[in-house]
Amino acid sequence: MPTLTINGKEVTVEPGSTVMQACEAVGIEIPRFCYHERLSIAGNCRMCLVEMEKSPKPIASCAMPAGDGMVIHTESEEVKRAREGVMEFLLINHPLDCPICDQGGECDLQDQATAYGRGLSRYQENKRAVREKYMGPLIKTVMTRCIHCTRCVRFAEEIAGVPTLGAVGRGEGLEITTYLEKALQSELSGNIIDLCPVGALTSKPYAFTARSWELKKTESVDVMDAVGSAIRIDARGNEVMRVLPRLNEEVNEEWISDKTRFACDGLKYKRLDRPWVRREGKLVEAGWDEAFESIAAVLKDLPGEALAAIVGDLADMEAMLALKDLLGALGSARIECRQDGAALDAGCRAGYIFNSTIAGIEEADYCLLVGTNPRHEATIINARLRKATLAGLKVARIGPPDDLTYRVEDLGDDAGLLKQILDGTHPAAEALQRAEKPMLILGQGALTRADGAAMLGLARAVADKYGLITGDWNGFNILHTAASRVGGLDLGLTTEGGVEAILSDAAKGKTRAVFLLGADEVDMSRLKKAFVVYMGSHGDAGVSEADIILPAAAYTEKPGTYVNTEGRVQRAQKAIFPPGDAREDWTILRALSDKLGVTLPYDDLAALRAKLAELLPHLEETDTAPQAAWGAFGGDSKGAKKGGFALPVEDFYQTNPVARASRTMAQCSAMMRGEDEDREGTGTDG
Amino acid sequence: MSAAVKNGGDFAFTAANKKWAAGQIAKYPEGRQASAVMPLLTRAQDQNAGWLSTPAIEHVAEFLGMAAIRVLEVATFYSMYRLSPVGKHVIEICTTTPCWLRGSDAVVAAAKEELGIDFGETTSDGEFTLLEVECAGACVNAPVCAIHRKYYEDLDGDSIRAIIQSLRSGKEPDAGPQIERQKSAPVGGPTTLTEGA
Amino acid sequence: MLKDKDRIFTNLYGLHDWGLKGAEARGDWDGTKDILAKGDDWIIAEMKESGLRGRGGAGFPTGLKWSFMPKEPDGPTYLVVNADEGEPGTCKDREIMRHDPHKLLEGSLLAGFAMHASAAYIYIRGEFWEEADILDAAIVEAYDAGLIGKNACGSGYDFDIYLHRGAGAYICGEETALIESLEGKKGQPRLKPPFPAMVGVWGRPTTVNNVESIAVAPTILRRGAGWFAGLGRPNNTGTKLFCISGHVERPCNVEEEMGIPLKELIEKHAGGVRGGWDNLLAIIPGGSSVPMLPRSICDDVLMDFDSLKEVRSGLGTAAVIVMDKSTDIVRAIARLAQFYKHESCGQCTPCREGTGWMWRVMERLVTGEADKSEIDLLLEVSKQIEGHTICALGDAAAWPIQGLIRHFRPEIERRIDERQDNAVAAAE
Repeated sequence: MPTLTINGKEVTVEPGSTVMQACEAVGIEIPRFCYHERLSIAGNCRMCLVEMEKSPKPIASCAMPAGDGMVIHTESEEVKRAREGVMEFLLINHPLDCPICDQGGECDLQDQATAYGRGLSRYQENKRAVREKYMGPLIKTVMTRCIHCTRCVRFAEEIAGVPTLGAVGRGEGLEITTYLEKALQSELSGNIIDLCPVGALTSKPYAFTARSWELKKTESVDVMDAVGSAIRIDARGNEVMRVLPRLNEEVNEEWISDKTRFACDGLKYKRLDRPWVRREGKLVEAGWDEAFESIAAVLKDLPGEALAAIVGDLADMEAMLALKDLLGALGSARIECRQDGAALDAGCRAGYIFNSTIAGIEEADYCLLVGTNPRHEATIINARLRKATLAGLKVARIGPPDDLTYRVEDLGDDAGLLKQILDGTHPAAEALQRAEKPMLILGQGALTRADGAAMLGLARAVADKYGLITGDWNGFNILHTAASRVGGLDLGLTTEGGVEAILSDAAKGKTRAVFLLGADEVDMSRLKKAFVVYMGSHGDAGVSEADIILPAAAYTEKPGTYVNTEGRVQRAQKAIFPPGDAREDWTILRALSDKLGVTLPYDDLAALRAKLAELLPHLEETDTAPQAAWGAFGGDSKGAKKGGFALPVEDFYQTNPVARASRTMAQCSAMMRGEDEDREGTGTDG
Repeated sequence: MSAAVKNGGDFAFTAANKKWAAGQIAKYPEGRQASAVMPLLTRAQDQNAGWLSTPAIEHVAEFLGMAAIRVLEVATFYSMYRLSPVGKHVIEICTTTPCWLRGSDAVVAAAKEELGIDFGETTSDGEFTLLEVECAGACVNAPVCAIHRKYYEDLDGDSIRAIIQSLRSGKEPDAGPQIERQKSAPVGGPTTLTEGA
Repeated sequence: MLKDKDRIFTNLYGLHDWGLKGAEARGDWDGTKDILAKGDDWIIAEMKESGLRGRGGAGFPTGLKWSFMPKEPDGPTYLVVNADEGEPGTCKDREIMRHDPHKLLEGSLLAGFAMHASAAYIYIRGEFWEEADILDAAIVEAYDAGLIGKNACGSGYDFDIYLHRGAGAYICGEETALIESLEGKKGQPRLKPPFPAMVGVWGRPTTVNNVESIAVAPTILRRGAGWFAGLGRPNNTGTKLFCISGHVERPCNVEEEMGIPLKELIEKHAGGVRGGWDNLLAIIPGGSSVPMLPRSICDDVLMDFDSLKEVRSGLGTAAVIVMDKSTDIVRAIARLAQFYKHESCGQCTPCREGTGWMWRVMERLVTGEADKSEIDLLLEVSKQIEGHTICALGDAAAWPIQGLIRHFRPEIERRIDERQDNAVAAAE
């Protein structure tokens, strides 16, 4: 391990460290623009120059490997002069439009100019002007501000895997652009806004709406998919202005998907902000009491077996438990969380979670995808798969082909192939056998088939046969798409016959009342005969057949517990208040239980959470991915049929009520359909 | 430099150029076919009347399995690629210091007057494009210009006019020094390599 | 003066056949197999002993450079010949390629063999169409004659030579930019370390040598290190191609002994300065990147690495650009500033932003439209570029301007004064 002397202090660092990392190890901050720890080293900004004894020139500390015996100075006159020089060069062609720049207050250039600049410019020539580049509905560009650090180019190429950004031209004419100024076709594109150290790439939807220092920042978790990305919700007053990623190495590193980032304007539209009651076929506004009384009137004499509930994809565990308890008090255990009909088995936790963990993907050497498109279903997990493929992971797929941004061996879109693998008659069997840490990722596209239970059993049999589960490795993974799903399964919210049976019983009049907890993805026409209570945040599909609508909080408006696809328990925080009369879900159910004379036994959130923890001790262990014991689950693999897979996500930008209410997501959908020709329509630069 | 590339009609390599391109790719190790991007762009430009259109750039990208943006980066980086149409004869006059010291100003003035266009322009009949270039690497024969892959050296106002007039009349003027001189030897004959002659 | 018998480039002016027959008649490819038989160690030792320093500008000892390549490579390694000649004032490699291509090919084989390379790529600047055609034809001749390719010269050693054409970018003369370009990318220099001898083209160990360095190798190995080392001065040995351009009576290329006095070089071969030696204003002695010398230094300076370094300039490519007293010296340097601005790859901050800044100030200094304090500002900006960039283009852009200010500050100040006087006069 090399030992260096930095500003007179000795430090020993790991082999392969850079001089910059060595400096950081002794607490010395080295300014930089182009360097980013998750991207390849460019060394182009020259801001990190430091003095190295015996070197005639200062060195770029971000790129120089730390060597034994190096003597480094970071505060010498020469270094100070070099930094001043770079700052001055960067600023000569940078517009001084900070007052109207959205990066203001969180701009590396601004900050470093203050810390390392010389205070005034000696440049008298005209500044360079660069034409803005169209990059789609999400990224606003002011390219005159660009300092050519190429972080965005490297991100697109290396992390997102969509090589469409580049630096064209040369010299002072160098310009960053997408190819022919097409929209950036990546579900991760918004991350280049965070990466841009200046205001060249900013958020188009957020443009000119707020200054960063007036925002209230709340750390939370995302619910747009089952990944549970760490987010920061920035609000002003009672409005969410933007969503940004938080660092969580085990989950999202520091990236989030464009849906996580940009669907937040959906929180403002199509909101349910007061109760509604259906009178003579028409929904009319009502008060809470009136709504509760209307429910009580129906449920009063209803036998428990005629009552059922369906849980939607964004539900928090507190709401699910409260609803489960309420139904229980009314004599029904029929509460179903598998809105899409996936044949998941709540009996064995290892059978419904992503056992390898997201970070664990990087340890795997072979991955078989079955009935899933992780790029659309869990963008962040797909990014991790891509990262792993660059380090040698081989990925094969059974399912419909699509570009996942990395090399995938397509075995075919036929479930029969998995059976051949189990029989050992397919070459992939050998690959699984040979792999040291093989993984199988089973998607909802497999589980929602008519033979979903058999598919689950088949996948489990493959896992057993090919050593996917060893002492320290579990390569069996379910990839969920719904934020509520694992929590729902933990609570055992599965019913005989699943959602299909509920719908069919409702159509037959056997089930007479159905409670929808933000459930918008089922065929509402089959609920026409039933008395439907819809509780949720948005006027989405679920309200169409509702007799009563109870307005609830969205994920940014309540403290909530979510369990991600790995089985990781995380808590979302309340950033703003729900609109109008809307309330946090469990409080509505608590109030309703009172009206129904079956008062739920918790008066506050702490009591509710205590009950949750009592039921599910693992919920106490937040922010870790607990190991789940392997066991029996799934149907008889012999029942698995041949045939292709229908994937759960047709349009990445339209997967839940919040996203469907978002105008930004609608623009993204249009862009992906090639309907973004009206470039000015979404632009904000006048 | 502008990133804007003009559009253009469809483009695909001719059968002969495809074969040639395969030969170029074969020069480089397996899997390193991107190394052939420069020769292929040059050939595409030749086939496309002297400039690279968007379809030509995309054809080369596809041919080599490269992302189009990477090919565009290359096409906009190197000065010999033209991203908009040019005239039949492209006259590239060097004006860097060694040529300037030997009178490139006069050569430029004569060329501009003879053609009636400025640097970067093409004559209205589409015959000539006049370009200013940086050091051509023939400094002891300054001033120089390049036309159709050949260097015209030791120029002055009269000789550049004569060259343009000759091209205009459909002839190909003799390249090399336009004065009495053997290549880069001193005028009047070499001062060395005379012993065995 | 160097005797003709000690000249290496005996077809410098293209008076004879460049083809294989002509080359053989001039002694090329003579006993190449025997030289190869002496082994890699012998070749490298001989090259080191000859004292040959790289002819591309930096002057790094060639034999030493070859020795950096792995002795037992675990895969292909490459010799890359830098034929991207474009340093203003320089036009020597062009002559080698169009008049003596076989010297370059034979040198490539010997160098490649010594450094255990599997192939050579000759990267020629795109504008040199004619030279590329000739080289291509010479390569075909050499293959056909069994001199290169499988079992080259019957030595049992397999060695391919490929020609790669550039497309107009001075920066590709920088070895790592050249490597990037050879990989099909923009010619943007790489960060070092790793150095090319460890990680070069396609990630493999690579040595990049200038055309002249490679082309002189066969003669050195045939005539012996002692012969080459006996020419010139210690640490500055051998013969050298000089390019004499600008305000001389008869501009020319010529091969001379290292260390020849600058004045003698110009007077013997280029007919002297236009209007006589007393009419001399300044000389850029080693291509546009090195600082100029005022006449006072030109009187007795010797043309070699160490002598020119002593007078704060450099031998560079040995391209001598002569400027007589009629020269607008500020404009001459402003034009070079424009050249560097045009050729900056744009990758790193100081060069991308600084070369344009310097050029714009230089343009104003030409007409005196400036404040005198801007001269020091320009000098400081040049020093903020120098040493702070990824590659040496930043230094190359800075040095000519530093040389101008060092030696001609009064001339710059005179223009500023004159313009101000004129402005005052006009106002009155």
